[in-house]
Amino acid sequence: MNTILLAILLGAAFGFALDRVGATNPGYIIRMLNLTDLHLMKTILTGIGVASILLFGGLLLGLVDPGHLSVKTAYYGVFLGGLLLGVGFAVAGYCPGTGLTAMATGRIDAVFFVLGGLVGAGAYMLAYGGIAGTDLFTKIAGGNATLAPVAGTDYPSVLGAMSGEWLGLAIGVALIVLAWVLPARLGDGRTMSAPAE
Amino acid sequence: MTSWQQVPLPWKAGGLLLGLVFFAAILLVKPIGVSTQFIIFDGILWDAVDASVVVPSEESKSGFTSPNAYLDKSGGKYAKSVANPLNYGFVFVIAMMAGALLSALLRGGVPKSERAMPQVWRANFGDSVWRRYVATFIAGFLVLFGARLAGGCTSGHMMSGMMQTSLSGYMFAAGAFLAGIPLAVYLFSKED
Repeated sequence: MNTILLAILLGAAFGFALDRVGATNPGYIIRMLNLTDLHLMKTILTGIGVASILLFGGLLLGLVDPGHLSVKTAYYGVFLGGLLLGVGFAVAGYCPGTGLTAMATGRIDAVFFVLGGLVGAGAYMLAYGGIAGTDLFTKIAGGNATLAPVAGTDYPSVLGAMSGEWLGLAIGVALIVLAWVLPARLGDGRTMSAPAE
Repeated sequence: MTSWQQVPLPWKAGGLLLGLVFFAAILLVKPIGVSTQFIIFDGILWDAVDASVVVPSEESKSGFTSPNAYLDKSGGKYAKSVANPLNYGFVFVIAMMAGALLSALLRGGVPKSERAMPQVWRANFGDSVWRRYVATFIAGFLVLFGARLAGGCTSGHMMSGMMQTSLSGYMFAAGAFLAGIPLAVYLFSKED
């Protein structure tokens, strides 16, 4: 029951945060992807950076249980799936989490996105039996790999000879620096001049 | 209005908030993920019309099995979640929607003119609501089919994955932005 209470608290905090940072607004996502407003990109980079610093700092200090990490498997389908998701992400301005939260805030186009998502997930559920075992699922770098080894876990790693914790901290700092130096927008030469559609 | 009441928050404050939530989830339970729950919801609907879709099984690691290969994957873990919707991942996503609703209500809700489509869509594709709805339906199909093929979405792969230095998180983010950025630049060339 305790985990259900945590699910409620963490889920509510996540949904609240998604709305506060503007991620439930497909306009901000589209304008991040067409590079005319990088505000949300800066927010996301900072978010990953802050989370990474807290996680790996916490691991180094022994405050975080390494057993709570959960690294997903790397295989070719991860990249292909990312491409497919990217197409829909650009057209709609929604991803799974922001589509559901946007629907909750009263956006009607998000209802259609979620319905399409349920059909797409269902189609994958039916297709899986036919594509399982193909090269799409061939593991890369041993499967659920981190970039460098993390103490207390048995995840394989891409770079063997360095500390995963310190690399995680360094990447966290680098992502925040990247958020800092990114301009507010890129490519302003083509605005409002192109013909409709 | 103080900066904490702005939507969107300034990126430094917003990034800090988002980072704290992603960290808290791993500290207390496990990394955040969303797209699996589309499968669980589909499974619940499917199981409601055909009870043979998820059945208890002594041999299965999770205690449940399914004739569907995807629900039966990894010892029937999805089948188990379908049989028992009051699980962490599913409740998390329901609470996520409630949290977003609360935040939206506190800022006075989404303006009526924005509810069918964002301004940037209107500027490029006109006012037709059905054009927007059909496009978002197809986009939703691609997003969830892609997320399930990848084994995660923007939350699970990109945010949670990259913060853990997962190779898969970087592969996913590369795919999503390599497709998403050029397409958005092409589709949305007009701003207002």
